[in-house]
Amino acid sequence: MMDVETKRSLDFNTTTFTNERRAPEDFPPIANEIRRDIVRALVRAGSGHSGGPLGSADIFAVLYFGGYMRYRSDDMGWSGRDRFVLSAGHMVPVQYATMANAGMYPKSELATLRKYGTRLQGHPGRDMHLPGIETSSGSLGQGISIAIGMAMSDALLDKNDHRVFSLTGDGELQEGSVWEAAMAASHFKLDNFCWIIDNNDCQIDGRVPDVMNVYPIKDKCEAFGFDTIVVDGHDHADLQRGFDLFLANQANKTGRPTCIIARTYMGHGVSFMNDKFEWHGKPPTHDQAVAALEELSAHP
Amino acid sequence: MTPTLLGSKPTRFGFGDGLVDLGERHSNVVVLGGDITGSVMTSLFRDKFPDRFFSIGIAEQNATTIAAGLALSGKIPFFASYGAFCALRNADQLRISVAYNEANVKIGGGHAGISVGPDGATHQVLEEVAFLRTLPHMTMIVPADYEEARKATIAMGEMVGPAYIRFGRSPVPMFTTADTPFILGKANQITDGNDVAIIANGAMLWESVLAAEELGKKGIKARVINVHTVKPFDFETVTNAARECGCVVTAEEHQVHGGLGGAVAECCGKNAPVPIEFVGVKDSFGGSGEPEELMVKFGLTWREIYASALVAMERKEKGSTGIRAIKDVATYA
Ligand SMILES: [Mg+2]
Repeated sequence: MMDVETKRSLDFNTTTFTNERRAPEDFPPIANEIRRDIVRALVRAGSGHSGGPLGSADIFAVLYFGGYMRYRSDDMGWSGRDRFVLSAGHMVPVQYATMANAGMYPKSELATLRKYGTRLQGHPGRDMHLPGIETSSGSLGQGISIAIGMAMSDALLDKNDHRVFSLTGDGELQEGSVWEAAMAASHFKLDNFCWIIDNNDCQIDGRVPDVMNVYPIKDKCEAFGFDTIVVDGHDHADLQRGFDLFLANQANKTGRPTCIIARTYMGHGVSFMNDKFEWHGKPPTHDQAVAALEELSAHP
Repeated sequence: MTPTLLGSKPTRFGFGDGLVDLGERHSNVVVLGGDITGSVMTSLFRDKFPDRFFSIGIAEQNATTIAAGLALSGKIPFFASYGAFCALRNADQLRISVAYNEANVKIGGGHAGISVGPDGATHQVLEEVAFLRTLPHMTMIVPADYEEARKATIAMGEMVGPAYIRFGRSPVPMFTTADTPFILGKANQITDGNDVAIIANGAMLWESVLAAEELGKKGIKARVINVHTVKPFDFETVTNAARECGCVVTAEEHQVHGGLGGAVAECCGKNAPVPIEFVGVKDSFGGSGEPEELMVKFGLTWREIYASALVAMERKEKGSTGIRAIKDVATYA
């Protein structure tokens, strides 16, 4: 267990977490450490996205540390690994922080986020060969199609039991090709594919329905053939329920891809950012980072 | 050493046959269909290897990106459609998911150029060579006849990295054989000559051979070069041709800007600045008509190549740089 001073510190520590079946109450300390590392990285970067990464930290905590995605932290080239594709590439600080907390690379490297020569590009770049980054992404709508190509390779060609996860934003649903991808996932009966939608109702220009309405999301995903579940994206037990549904679909060979719509608040965990779309694309100042770490360290 | 005419066939047939050949050689070659599989000849592969063929429907952005995912999982995916849709509609997917990822994705772009014929401008792609050759890591091939298309398809499947092959709908003369060398990135010299270099690819290559024959009747020896791989570009062969001939004509079934002509101009500007004349579509869209009618209307026959060779030689004789007076400045039109 970390002491409060370590938690509050702007410096990166060396804490890592294991990936195993956990009780819901095991996740808050993990999610909050991911959040603190996001804040530590972004304040150093001086640019980047705060809202989405903080808001999705609970999803990442459950996905990477709850035993749902199988990987070897010290060997991310392991051919038996499950794959995660971040379609909403701008949210990558949360993935970088999560991967560091899984021990895929040293946390200290988070200090290089967005800096010249870094492996931690502003949006994921496969050319940087950072273990755990499966593909470049950030041009919205593409990651989910790549993930479906991987799921097709696993289920239809190699006929193995690998799982493929992909996370999109909700504003991202405005990209038409997302629905081309969704159509293909159910057409090919990819029950090894799990689509996670970070439904924070925010995008750069404002609330999603004001920019371009994408609701009703659940009806759309169901109409496109997904076994769809809406969960509270900050309730770890509820998130586990979503991922358990996916595991059941795959285990029972239902032929149905799973969609987890995670209702989240952008910037969750830092009260002055919570549910504010203004925090989509900016980093905290030094003082804001100190305040954020203070608040995030008051919890488990 | 003028090549012998061996009949005619569309280059798309070479793509279809090459793909079947590749499928037999490599079990990880898979093909994605975009609803026009019969037209772009991927139906041959589908019928032979149904377990390795996936119909994606009319969704070129998705097909391109699924291909990237398959490639990142160790497969060698081919996706074929019309070039208008699998080079340009999906341009961002090609840029990010394929080229930036260095994904081992292969694209077959049919209905290239105006020789498509009656389908008209929407389906006659004339711009994709310009786009694709600006993408880092991309290989871009424009085969001249059936046999070259077949060989190129096999070669692109056996190289590692993103690659695109451009092919046409209508029959074009066949003149390369199983024995003709084909090395990606290595241009082939078709005829000998030191008076003018004619640098061409695709359907314009045979027209260039005909133009060289006509020039020969006037005692002019033209060096015809087949740049079947526009990227990576064979700087050495083109530079040597420019240096030794002193003037160049480019010929392609594509916009005159940005494609093969653009690549040759970049090469010569840097290595051997000589007069260059460009034969191609001059900043306009295509239209409906029979292929032969359209090739005449848009100035894509041996006659234009022949006339351009004479202009290029005249400019060469006037001075080493061939600079035009302001009142004579040439435009695309
Ligand atoms: Mg959002």
